[in-house]
Amino acid sequence: MNKRKLQEIVGVNFLRLGVIFTAFFLISFLYIIFSKGGSVLSWTFFTDFPREGMTTGGIYPAIVGTLYLTILSILIALPLGVFTAIYMVHLAKPYWLMRIVRIAVNTLAGVPSIIYGLFGLTLFVRIMQLEVSLISGALTLAILALPVIINASEEAIRSVPRSFREGSLALGATERQTIMRVIVPTALPNILTGAIISIGRVAGETAPIMFTAATFYSRMLPTSINHEVMALPYHIYALMTEGSKPDQQVPIAYGTAVVLLLLVMFVSATAIIIRYKIRKSRKW
Amino acid sequence: MVKELIKTKNLKLWFTDNYVLHDLDFTVYEKKITALIGPSGCGKSTLLRSFNRMNDLIPECKIEGEILLEGQNIYDSKADVTDVRTKIGMVFQRPNPFPKTIYNNVAYGLQIRGEKRKSVLDDVVEKSLRDAWIWDEVKDRLHTSALSLSGGQQQRMCIARALANQPKVLLLDEPTSALDPKSTAKIEELCIDLKDKVTILIVTHNIAQAGRISDYTTFMYLGDIIEFGETKRVFTVPKDKRTEDYLTGVFG
Ligand SMILES: Nc1ncnc2c1ncn2[C@@H]1O[C@H](COP(=O)(O)OP(=O)(O)OP(=O)(O)O)[C@@H](O)[C@H]1O
Ligand SMILES: [Mg+2]
Repeated sequence: MNKRKLQEIVGVNFLRLGVIFTAFFLISFLYIIFSKGGSVLSWTFFTDFPREGMTTGGIYPAIVGTLYLTILSILIALPLGVFTAIYMVHLAKPYWLMRIVRIAVNTLAGVPSIIYGLFGLTLFVRIMQLEVSLISGALTLAILALPVIINASEEAIRSVPRSFREGSLALGATERQTIMRVIVPTALPNILTGAIISIGRVAGETAPIMFTAATFYSRMLPTSINHEVMALPYHIYALMTEGSKPDQQVPIAYGTAVVLLLLVMFVSATAIIIRYKIRKSRKW
Repeated sequence: MVKELIKTKNLKLWFTDNYVLHDLDFTVYEKKITALIGPSGCGKSTLLRSFNRMNDLIPECKIEGEILLEGQNIYDSKADVTDVRTKIGMVFQRPNPFPKTIYNNVAYGLQIRGEKRKSVLDDVVEKSLRDAWIWDEVKDRLHTSALSLSGGQQQRMCIARALANQPKVLLLDEPTSALDPKSTAKIEELCIDLKDKVTILIVTHNIAQAGRISDYTTFMYLGDIIEFGETKRVFTVPKDKRTEDYLTGVFG
């Protein structure tokens, strides 16, 4: 056997090893979560309130809370992010403002989420006196999602061919009409994909809502944006750190993790399907 | 009697320090086809895009002089650029249908001006598509995506889209260079057919095409208009040696 052939075999096996390790971690990860949490899954787990000091019952209010938080935060962040992106691509003036926004976006994207939590506590809960509430948490999460949404939207808007813009202007459209009627609709599927990906991130975050929105236990669903809410990731955290009956609490925590995981997987799958559909249908 | 529709007066244009259009005085006659020919980079597209103020989109561009459309300077500070672009339509080198339905592509010009009445839109869409010789091919699929059309069909649809604005002038920048010979022939015939409705200014690299369809020919060279006249005359007895060289393919 010559040297090159040997190198080839060693190299390929190294790659194979890498794949096997990755697969091992992924599978054991899923196995652990599902095996430890699967036992508590039942219909009532999804539809019931927690009972008897969190040792039994379901996680319905946490599911609802996470949905509310996520939807509200995306409703805030999506228009804001899209408008910012449009501005950055098509107006891009004045230069200093663009630089500041860009630096801010790139910095925000790398900030650890616990710091968002502290920021939200100071600004929304304290200064703006929104208290620990659905709206404070959603605003904090919206800021967390903004960089992702801005970047995705900016890229989506930039990838709209210049010829569309020229074609529209040459027909006598104003810049604003061109943006609203041609550019944004063309970029929309990609913008939405970005938004859905950020939903996945927002839904799973604990730190930003810890001080701003989440409560360990609530006897009723939030009926206004000023109420505290339960949320899936915080519920896991609470079950694992509070209470006095870990034997009963830990399986519920893992069960909650399964639900959260399924939720995030469902959201990501939706994003992938949408993206696939766009790739197939676009012809420019 | 031919009528002067557009006149440029001392038209000068720069891209930053690059002096591209050299003090041009140029006339476009109404309801005629004028061809702009010349070697690559001589400023044909730039001149064409000056007529509907598309060069306004390029920040490096500086323009001096006047372009008069029926006596009104389109670069006047009081002129409305969207109005100019409605009166002077443009079709680009590559077909650029919007990712909308055929119907919404053609209705776009009216819709942005606030026309909502369905009967009006229906009529204009049909008439424009007929005028662009594509109605029969698309009448059963008006509400499917314009991107599903072939390249030649897309280009004719883009012509229909421009015609829907009822422009006085249609600017065509090498409209057939991305198309196959059959689609090209169709668009050439279409141009001749459109002559009684609209004034056409066409940039082309295809000398034979200019000869086939145009009434007037302008030969540009390095930012100057070297020769202008009736196509027959320019093609048979060019006054300038450079025109003759270009037409006979000495350079290109
Ligand atoms: N957006 C622009 N920015 C800077 N310079 C430009 C721009 N567009 C054109 N130019 C320059 O202006 C000159 C004329 O270009 P133009 O596109 O008008 O030539 P053309 O005659 O249409 O050439 P072609 O036959 O290749 O299309 C060239 O020197 C070109 O480099
Ligand atoms: Mg050109």
